[in-house]
Amino acid sequence: MSARTKRAGRRPWGTYVLYCVAGLAFVYLFVPLFRIVQLSFNVQKGKKNTSWNGFTIDNWTNAFKSSNYIDALKESLKVALWACSLATVIGALVAIAITRYKLNGGTFINLMLVIPLTTPEIVMGASLFTLFFNEGVSRGFWTIVIAHTMFCVSFVALTVKARIRGLDWSLEDAASDLGSGPLRTFRKITLPIITPGIAAAFLLSIALSIDDYIITSFVAGGVKTLPRQIFDGEKIELPAQVHVIASMIMFVAIAIILASSIAGNRRKARLG
Amino acid sequence: MSAKADTGADRSLREGRKIPYVLAIPAMAFMFVFFIIPLISLLKSSLSTKPDRFKPHYAFTWEWSNYSDAFTRFGGHLLRSFAFAGAATLLCIVVAYPVAYFIAFKMGRWRNVLLGLVMVPFFTSFLLRTLAWQSLLADHGPVLGFVRSVHLGGTLEWLGVLDNGRLLNTPLAVIGGLTYNFLPFMLLPIYVSLEKIDRGLIDAAADLYSPFSATFRKVIMPLSLPGVFAGTLLTFIPATGDFINAQFLGGTNEQRVIGKAVQSQFLNLNDYPSAAGMSFVLMAIITTLVLVYTKFMGTEDLA
Repeated sequence: MSARTKRAGRRPWGTYVLYCVAGLAFVYLFVPLFRIVQLSFNVQKGKKNTSWNGFTIDNWTNAFKSSNYIDALKESLKVALWACSLATVIGALVAIAITRYKLNGGTFINLMLVIPLTTPEIVMGASLFTLFFNEGVSRGFWTIVIAHTMFCVSFVALTVKARIRGLDWSLEDAASDLGSGPLRTFRKITLPIITPGIAAAFLLSIALSIDDYIITSFVAGGVKTLPRQIFDGEKIELPAQVHVIASMIMFVAIAIILASSIAGNRRKARLG
Repeated sequence: MSAKADTGADRSLREGRKIPYVLAIPAMAFMFVFFIIPLISLLKSSLSTKPDRFKPHYAFTWEWSNYSDAFTRFGGHLLRSFAFAGAATLLCIVVAYPVAYFIAFKMGRWRNVLLGLVMVPFFTSFLLRTLAWQSLLADHGPVLGFVRSVHLGGTLEWLGVLDNGRLLNTPLAVIGGLTYNFLPFMLLPIYVSLEKIDRGLIDAAADLYSPFSATFRKVIMPLSLPGVFAGTLLTFIPATGDFINAQFLGGTNEQRVIGKAVQSQFLNLNDYPSAAGMSFVLMAIITTLVLVYTKFMGTEDLA
């Protein structure tokens, strides 16, 4: 501690510069988000809600007025639920396989999981497109689900792997020594200790799936997910409802983040 | 290894030989069918000829000219993409490093809150954020309005930030957008590696009268390089293929990036062979850069 105060005392200007840079960076991160919130309260003139005309809460009172964007949002949620459930199950299983057990070919499995992360989305989209094209598969909802599952598996597996690496697996052996069968051990011991990691991975993959444009554009055929609707539709119409819904999601996310990290701090403080 | 000999890991190795393979099979099978096979399909496509009047189908003919075409017709696109991605990656390091340092070393118990705030942009659509920048940087938008009201236009023009009084549709806008969108991918890994540094090492250096600059150079920076390494890969690779920032924030010239070219060859022009060739050229260059980079910066574990 003495060292740190000594250092701060010697060059306070360095610390001030650091505070300024960090402050500016946070402003940079949040400026477009403020803009989205601002536009959600905008009086929309014409079909595009892009320039500020004045304040209203009308957009918020009929936030879910039906439009192409709401339909696309529903489509995106449907894709995300299918793809992320599937990706979470098979991704978590492979993560358990390589973390919990020592198996031949572990390096190969790891490689298979890491390579998709170092492949540009455009290449993955193009390759899935050629596969579906060559095999005569018509592109639509299920091809989007397949593509999203594919790029989510890696993220899920690596997230779960990172979260369960340090866990104490001897608890499982303790359970079986005490006469618990394999299924009961899994339900009572394994599942509870791996659940937080799996939940985090599931949420991450939902965020990735809902936000994907590039890969989706190759495999979607005529189906419009929300990012596709925004990309293709923003030149024609961009209703304020889009900004309202984005703001809602953002506020919920901020609330959850603040609540969970403050609760985490409290817990830590209580435990000393 | 011998220390672990009596723990559960070793016993399960003896007892459940088949279990891990059964657990790994679904994911591996899925990745094989929908990642590896498509790549082979793409490779085949890249060596095929386009249908013409005489042959109505795409035919596999070892057509290497798709690759040379990729360079001659789209060399400019490739260069532009790598230049944008490279500049954005450097800017991300410059911005993310001090912020990660600030959060890791100066924020005490507020670290988690600030890290959470860094994640907030992830919960808003990538496209909407980029469109928000578009409306902010527009000719009659708030940023240029502010610049005009404080009479900084001339200075910024001289610095090359403004291009004939415009911010939007310039290379700088595209680089700024890429930097913005990929900043959290750089910040989080750098933060993780800074956070792991044993504070005792820094205090020890200070107690031995090392000035802060030397402590930073010899202790903090080397120990944080794995984070910079991971962040660079997570930023540079997706930024190279991205064309959303170029599309929304760039002018007609900036929009000619490789990702856009591949997409329109596939979806609008139906020229699959040359688009497939371009994809492989892009992938080969990125893989080479990553391998070279790994050799010099190398850490063995990405995740």
